[in-house]
Amino acid sequence: MEILVYGTINSVSLALMGLGFAMVYGICRVPNFAHGALYVICGFVTWTLFQKMGVPYFLAILLSLGINGLLGMLMYRFVLIRVRGMNISEIIASYAIGLIILEGLRYGGFRGMTYTLPVFMEGSLMIGSVPVDYHRLLMTLIGIFLVAGLWVFTHHTKIGLALQGMAQDERAALMLGIDSDLMAMVAMGFGAVLAGVAATLIMPLGNIVVESGYHVLIMSIAVCIVGGLGSWMGAFFAAFIIGYAQILTVVFIGSHFQMVVAIFAIILTLILKPSGLFGQQKELEERV
Amino acid sequence: MTEPILRMDTLSKRFGGVQALKNVSFDVLKGDVLGIIGPNGSGKTTIVNSITGFVKPSSGKIFFKGKNITGLPPHKVADMGVTRTFQIMRPYYSLAAYKNLVIPLFSPRAKRTGGWRGGGNLGNRQTIAIDILEEIGFERDSYIPFKKTSTLPTGYLKRLELARCLALKPEIIICDEIFSGLSMSEIASMVPLIERLQDEGITIVMIEHRLRELFQVANRIMVVNFGEKLIEGSPSVVMADERVKTAYFGSEEVEEVMTYA
Amino acid sequence: MGNQKDQQLSPPQSQQPQQQRKERIDRGIKVRSDGLYALMSWREISYLTLPRFILVAGMLSLPFLMPGMYWQRVISIVCIYAILGLSFDFLAHYVGLVSLGGAFFIGTGGYIAGILNTSFSIPPFLTVPLAAIIGGGFCTLMLLPCLPLKGVYFAIITLMYPLFMARVIEAFDIFGGTDGIIGIDSFSSALGEQYFVVVMVLLFLFGIRRFVTTDRGLIFTAIMDNDQAVKASGINITRYKALAVFIASSMGCMAGACLTHIYMWTGISQFALDFSILPIAATVIGGSGTLVGPLLGCLILVPVSELLRDFGTLRIVFYASILLGFILFRSGGIMEFGQRKYEQFERWTRI
Repeated sequence: MEILVYGTINSVSLALMGLGFAMVYGICRVPNFAHGALYVICGFVTWTLFQKMGVPYFLAILLSLGINGLLGMLMYRFVLIRVRGMNISEIIASYAIGLIILEGLRYGGFRGMTYTLPVFMEGSLMIGSVPVDYHRLLMTLIGIFLVAGLWVFTHHTKIGLALQGMAQDERAALMLGIDSDLMAMVAMGFGAVLAGVAATLIMPLGNIVVESGYHVLIMSIAVCIVGGLGSWMGAFFAAFIIGYAQILTVVFIGSHFQMVVAIFAIILTLILKPSGLFGQQKELEERV
Repeated sequence: MTEPILRMDTLSKRFGGVQALKNVSFDVLKGDVLGIIGPNGSGKTTIVNSITGFVKPSSGKIFFKGKNITGLPPHKVADMGVTRTFQIMRPYYSLAAYKNLVIPLFSPRAKRTGGWRGGGNLGNRQTIAIDILEEIGFERDSYIPFKKTSTLPTGYLKRLELARCLALKPEIIICDEIFSGLSMSEIASMVPLIERLQDEGITIVMIEHRLRELFQVANRIMVVNFGEKLIEGSPSVVMADERVKTAYFGSEEVEEVMTYA
Repeated sequence: MGNQKDQQLSPPQSQQPQQQRKERIDRGIKVRSDGLYALMSWREISYLTLPRFILVAGMLSLPFLMPGMYWQRVISIVCIYAILGLSFDFLAHYVGLVSLGGAFFIGTGGYIAGILNTSFSIPPFLTVPLAAIIGGGFCTLMLLPCLPLKGVYFAIITLMYPLFMARVIEAFDIFGGTDGIIGIDSFSSALGEQYFVVVMVLLFLFGIRRFVTTDRGLIFTAIMDNDQAVKASGINITRYKALAVFIASSMGCMAGACLTHIYMWTGISQFALDFSILPIAATVIGGSGTLVGPLLGCLILVPVSELLRDFGTLRIVFYASILLGFILFRSGGIMEFGQRKYEQFERWTRI
């Protein structure tokens, strides 16, 4: 029973992390290596607004999500747009941005134990025989709700369909009058906001540390590869697989193995079914 | 009746929601020149990709000389002697022209067979490359084989694609729209080349839109429409078929082509 | 063309500035030293060989020119980073694989050398080549699953591996855990230590240069250009990519082994971001694809990073920013600029 509960919680948190990365890659075909950085910076901005400037908590959250979105859009508009299409440069550029943000934050003094965010609700309840605190429960529910909402959004709204169109075939979308640069900018902003949402939900459970930027990046990538680069539904399911696998190893083997599980899952996927759970085969070939 | 050199057996391929191929079966006999025609999007290139391993069929089998080659990766298929050209040309633009041929000469098959005209031993690759180019129509004493590939006109590039197949001493060459983008005179000078290759014993499969020229070389035609095989047979039989006319041509083209078939 | 419209919208002819454009023409001496003609006279020969001569002579004399132990050690570090940068440049611009985690190679090589030395008492001059080969094999094996796939997978995996290795060593407390392995022998002579790395850099540089211009080396360029065509020519791409990765990772592991012996210590920090980012920055600054660019970049960046040592991880921000700047605005790097100036001259001409 414990496994079920903790497994679900872990999975949803992984899914939250991976969604932003999956969305950006799915639409722009750009692997956003700054994803972890966007996650961390949202946490710090929220902290600054709330703890240092006394902004009410939920307002702080909204503001920092907005800032994140803006950051994502600016990142595309001023940096990535110039290297669009040159694979090597895209990867290096987004990685460089991520590093600048993360290491900049680290240097700027954000280290140590003192940075925390309060949980949404204190207290806990019992599910069966397992104590679950309210925040984790909320996180799980919000996470599932978010994924469902995203599904509806991409399948039933105009912008969502435009983004889907771009994901499937950029040139065709261009011909239909969808401005691919604008959409890419929106997609990146959206991905950044998703990273921020993940941060907002997950960070109160621990401290805000720069290291988690790298951790989140690796987990997001793991989730996306296993689920199939480019498919956010795949990422969701993969999150559950990896999430449960991690909890199972913690219970039966030891808690050191969490990251090993992630890497193992990636390597296994690449060997057995490189396109991931829901990916399409054409993802794998470089196309001229 | 001899064993067909290439056989496709109820081949089907689905890309997401699109059924690109549906139960396509055909045989190619050794020494044939088979033309595959059909409107755009009918699945012709998918057939080539399936045979040569760039795409895994959803169902069905492909046999080369009796061996099942379904789903083998491209380099293994080429290693067995089934080569192809690309519809969107893919020469190595940044290299000199003859170097395009040196690269295939590094493949295991070239080492085994000695490359085109090789007796079984691979000699100096550069020499072999230039010899192939000369045979395929690059004037020998010119500097053209040494020019950077990106500077060559389309006619030469198409021949280069063909030469790349020859370097492997192929048994089958599958040409994906090799006449496209060429002028009438350029095509007219390619036709004897194709005939010469046929004389050498190479089986050729040609995916084409240029029907008049295709009918000069092909001895069998297969028509594909919406992923299904419509009809197969000699050019005159195929041309007379009503379904082919409605699926594919305007009437003037049919009249002209009929005089050649 | 657009002239008619211009005349309507722009001021009258007499007030317009002279239309000019920059024209670049090969220098006379470059044309004269093309191909066989270079043998015409000493002037042409020296035009071609001088840059390389300066490079080799300069590098070889550096250990003597440096004042004091500290800067001599910096030379060694420069060379180590340069080897790593060379492997990055080779993989990225001659094979098409972007390796975001050079630290993986350095750390692997370093640890292997450390273990061989302390647990098996193998002397440094043996551990280095052994670490290169064993490390190369290990890294290639670890990277094998992503080789048949798109380049982006390679980037992702190389990004993750250093972080992963560091975590694993820390979590399982193996190989010395967070303290690392101490008590590793150093090279027998300080001068020998420096010269070894300097010579290695030069050997690798000219070696790889030579290799990529041979016919077999062409296959890599072909793979990067157009891997479908290579596949259709019956060549197993994965095998060649694996070869390239083996070469690059062996170089990196050798560099890591040298590093270990220079510092007489190996630890988790050998998987640090520093080693992943600096080679990339050096390559981009020095000139991507030129193979000598990384060396140039390291000669600039490493001393600078030493000076910035007090700033801790801000250095990484520094490298990353420079990297970004160059990628966006001057992606040719210094070598491209230098080569252009050396071979061509510019002038304004009227349109």
